[in-house]
Amino acid sequence: MPSETPTTGPALADPDTARRQPGGSTADEVTGLDALELASTRADSRVADVGRAVWSTTWPKLLAIALVIAAWQVLYLSEWKPPFALPAPMTVFDDIRELVVSPDFPRAIAITAQRALTGFLLAVVIGTLIGAAVARFRPLRAAIGSLITGLQTMPSIIWFPFAILLFQISETAILFVVVIGAAPSIANGLIGGIDYVPPTWLRVGKVLGMRGLSLYRFLILPASLPSFISGLKQGWAFAWRSLMAGELLVIVAGQGSIGSLMQGAREFNNAPRLLSWIIIVLVLGILVDILFNAADNALRRRWGLQQS
Amino acid sequence: MSLLDRGVVGAAGSGDTPGPVRLGGVSKAYGRGRSALLALDRVSLTVEPGEFVCLLGASGCGKSTLLSLVAGLDPASGGTIDLGGHRVSMMFQEPALFPWLTVSRNVEIAMRLRGVGREQRRERAAALLETVRLTGFGRKRPHELSGGMRQRVALARALAQDADLLLMDEPFGALDAMTRDILHDELERIWRERSLTVLFVTHNVREAVRLGDRVILLSSRPGRIIEEFPVEQPRPRRIDSPEVAGLAATITDRLRAEVSRHAQ
Repeated sequence: MPSETPTTGPALADPDTARRQPGGSTADEVTGLDALELASTRADSRVADVGRAVWSTTWPKLLAIALVIAAWQVLYLSEWKPPFALPAPMTVFDDIRELVVSPDFPRAIAITAQRALTGFLLAVVIGTLIGAAVARFRPLRAAIGSLITGLQTMPSIIWFPFAILLFQISETAILFVVVIGAAPSIANGLIGGIDYVPPTWLRVGKVLGMRGLSLYRFLILPASLPSFISGLKQGWAFAWRSLMAGELLVIVAGQGSIGSLMQGAREFNNAPRLLSWIIIVLVLGILVDILFNAADNALRRRWGLQQS
Repeated sequence: MSLLDRGVVGAAGSGDTPGPVRLGGVSKAYGRGRSALLALDRVSLTVEPGEFVCLLGASGCGKSTLLSLVAGLDPASGGTIDLGGHRVSMMFQEPALFPWLTVSRNVEIAMRLRGVGREQRRERAAALLETVRLTGFGRKRPHELSGGMRQRVALARALAQDADLLLMDEPFGALDAMTRDILHDELERIWRERSLTVLFVTHNVREAVRLGDRVILLSSRPGRIIEEFPVEQPRPRRIDSPEVAGLAATITDRLRAEVSRHAQ
């Protein structure tokens, strides 16, 4: 009987005996407590009625759009500016309808999208490499850590005159500025993620036997993913802005991008067309943002972080 | 010396039984010169294989520091640490599970680092989850579990290292009393089943008496061993039994005397 002596030695009783001893908890007790503790969280997650949730986030947006259009219409009717400079909303909407079916439209979108993706992907590669290097090597951080933040806050359009001198009026000039606009944010996202890996995780990693590269592969890089994704999102925003600025300034012959078509519209005083493009660029921006948010939310759900 | 280096000593064969863990005059100071803070002062302690030892002390007694030294997370400033061929793992107050991995993959991670194949990893993880009574939770994410369940996953993850010396740094400190009570039973069961050697840090006197074969009382600033209490009560004990409460009262008095010493 185990009551004879205090069992200082291990494994004196087989597990089944231990389970039945007074004071030892039963499997049922453990499972029961688990079930009780999980029940409350399950009820919480069921609260969200999907349809209502969608509507509650949609109607304020619709209302905001309606208000903007109404204000625009009022401004138009007040004849603050002549109609050729400030057209009526309906004129612009008619023009959008005409624009999207024209052959120029898909071509312009394709050219611009291709530039944006190339620039962004290149920025991701460069930003990630620089970020990883800066996070890993202390002297490098001292040397260029604040430079990266400085670059990030700089409006990338000021690089264009120089980029044109370096690369002439070319795709490369645009690419250069897009990359220099986006890469710092991406690098900073990664650096921030690496810096803020919770110290306990690092200790656990060391206890588990992670060293050097394996520490990066199994712990630091996955742990910095949320910060990296917000860096990507910000990097995209900078890339997109730089690209729009670039396309308006650097018009490469034969490339009917969004920017060059806009410049064309301005030369013909085609205000409805300009506004059409502005609205389309806005919508594109929102669509890409939705993609990034979906990625971010999927990650947050998996990790059990607060939903944004 | 790193944790791995020392762990390897005992990893030679599966049949060998580890010797006692011996700490000889272990000191730890933070900082240098006159501003140096002495956290641990010549702590000597021997833990027999299979023994469950609780380290007890008020805040600032360096009990967590001592565990970090034994785990090899920090270097000691002086003295010797001999693990006697034990393989070490450690648990913390936070479960610190990795949120990007499922429960099963969290348990698997130590095996993954050792290059164990996927199938084998999965099987062993399932067995370990059964040990901590979380059968069927392998595909969940850590955030879907309660605090007590997460701490059990952390235990399974530590066991997956094939460690026979488990260092526990207030692992149940953040749990409610009922959950803690049940986890004490569970830990005791697993300790017996697996012949573990446990070094358990807590500031909860009753918890120490409930679990330990011995309770080691540390002084604060610097941390020194001031007294040792063998716990004679047969297992399993109940944390609310009169015997546990009696010894806990004695230890608490001693601890209070130690704390009030710092008032002067």
